[in-house]
Amino acid sequence: MPKSRQAAVLVVLGALMCLAGSAFASDGSPEVDTGTTAWMLTSTGLVLLMVPGLAMFYGGLVRTKNVLGTMMHSFAAMAIVGVIWMVCGYSMSFGSNVLGGWFGWNADYFLLKGIDTNIMEAGIPEYVFAMFQGKFAIITPALIAGAFAERVKFRGYCIFIALWSLLVYNPLCHWVWADDGFLFKKGAIDFAGGTVIHISAGAAALVAAFYLGARRGYPKTAMHPNNLVMTLMGAGLLWVGWFGFNAGSSVESGLITAQALTVTQVAAAAGALSWMVLEGILHRKATTLGFVSGVLAGLVAITPAAGAVQPWGALVLGLVSSVLCYFAIELKNKLGYDDTLDVFGIHGVAALWGAIGLTFVLRPGTIDVSVGHQLWVQTEGCLVSLGYSAIMTLILLVLVEKTVGFRLKPEEEMAGMDHFLHRERGYGMLNLNS
Amino acid sequence: MKLITAIIQEDKLDEVREALIAAEIGRITVTRVDGHGRQEDTEIYRGLVVVPNLIPKVEIKIGVNDEFVDVTVDTIVKAARHKEGGKVGDGKIFVAPLEDCIRISTGQRGGEAI
Repeated sequence: MPKSRQAAVLVVLGALMCLAGSAFASDGSPEVDTGTTAWMLTSTGLVLLMVPGLAMFYGGLVRTKNVLGTMMHSFAAMAIVGVIWMVCGYSMSFGSNVLGGWFGWNADYFLLKGIDTNIMEAGIPEYVFAMFQGKFAIITPALIAGAFAERVKFRGYCIFIALWSLLVYNPLCHWVWADDGFLFKKGAIDFAGGTVIHISAGAAALVAAFYLGARRGYPKTAMHPNNLVMTLMGAGLLWVGWFGFNAGSSVESGLITAQALTVTQVAAAAGALSWMVLEGILHRKATTLGFVSGVLAGLVAITPAAGAVQPWGALVLGLVSSVLCYFAIELKNKLGYDDTLDVFGIHGVAALWGAIGLTFVLRPGTIDVSVGHQLWVQTEGCLVSLGYSAIMTLILLVLVEKTVGFRLKPEEEMAGMDHFLHRERGYGMLNLNS
Repeated sequence: MKLITAIIQEDKLDEVREALIAAEIGRITVTRVDGHGRQEDTEIYRGLVVVPNLIPKVEIKIGVNDEFVDVTVDTIVKAARHKEGGKVGDGKIFVAPLEDCIRISTGQRGGEAI
């Protein structure tokens, strides 16, 4: 994923291979590397699989009357951001600096019309890279939806994620991953999207939870998950999909891919184990929801670090991440705000920990500056993402709420999103009344 | 003693429960039921507007001593009725005589077991 660093490595590799006469055509333009392309196609599919995975994960956690509305939030992102990305998102993210580097632009990327035959130096058609990146753009706004689950209008949500994708995701993606992005140039390590995806979504979630307010009856009324079985299946899909997310972010099919894949597995398992043990100690019961929360805490923490730490580092990141997330959620419960599905508590906290904690467990030789300096660069990346996402999200929330409306009215909320917004029922069609 | 059975709209369950608790009627049993009365409710299935002949409702059962019948019924009516004078489908309440009531844990019978 760090496109230009990756490109630099690949130029060297490419040059070596060029001597062997295999990777470049006679006119010097790169040729397709079928191995890398095959893996990147697979990764693209795996990351897309995370979106229905997220739909199931979130869908199972809400009340019966909101299961479809909640799953629709994830699916709608596939449609809305899927189109925005192809029209201008890829250009805004991976074009050259415009407007002082706020975002990028490249006329060739507009409507993806100029990349029909492009082969990148990594040996993959540019279409593959554009689609792979597009999946990240899709899942990020879908993550935020967990913070305001069960209480927003569908129309408002659609407009919100469209604007958020354009004005928050694309600029952040450009800053961190494009060749001329300002955080990239400072040397911030964000292998697969801790800063761009999880911290920005976490910050947006926290702001949205405060601005939109708690669900009616929260926290006094018990609100049980309608289907934890579905949540567990969703978590399974996320875990599997995450191999595409992290190992695919190497944009190669080789050593770095293997390193990223290994640490992803280690961190996920460590996160799950840590949460399970913690609940076992504190409540004498290990819960399934706790287990999958630990999986996510581990996966999110390793995301920024996947290319830069060894398995022992992943073990540390995963084990600690669950503990931090667990107590962040305890704190939320004490403070009483309604980040319904703990987007900040898990994605925000784990990604902050991963992005900063990775400095202490780096693979020897990863950085040529002092640990203190790298720590500052990492912190700066986190603060930029947190601050930018929080401020822009607040502006967008106010804008949407004051125009088309975002928050549902109390009686609409009580009726449930499925029936009120979509005129459907998640489980009703299976009942007597169909 | 009377057995009060109320069939209400699903979206009014929270309000009815909250109102009953506020009126100190804290012992209720709730069931999901399907039924039909005069209300028509449409759903959309792949573009086809479907009129389900059975509409999901919530049934509440409460056993009360005679002096609590009015307050229970009034509370449910007030909380379960939709705004602006109610609407078709808001539901019904049945009050039936209750012969006996036994608390399983202690074996107490009659009014004191309610």
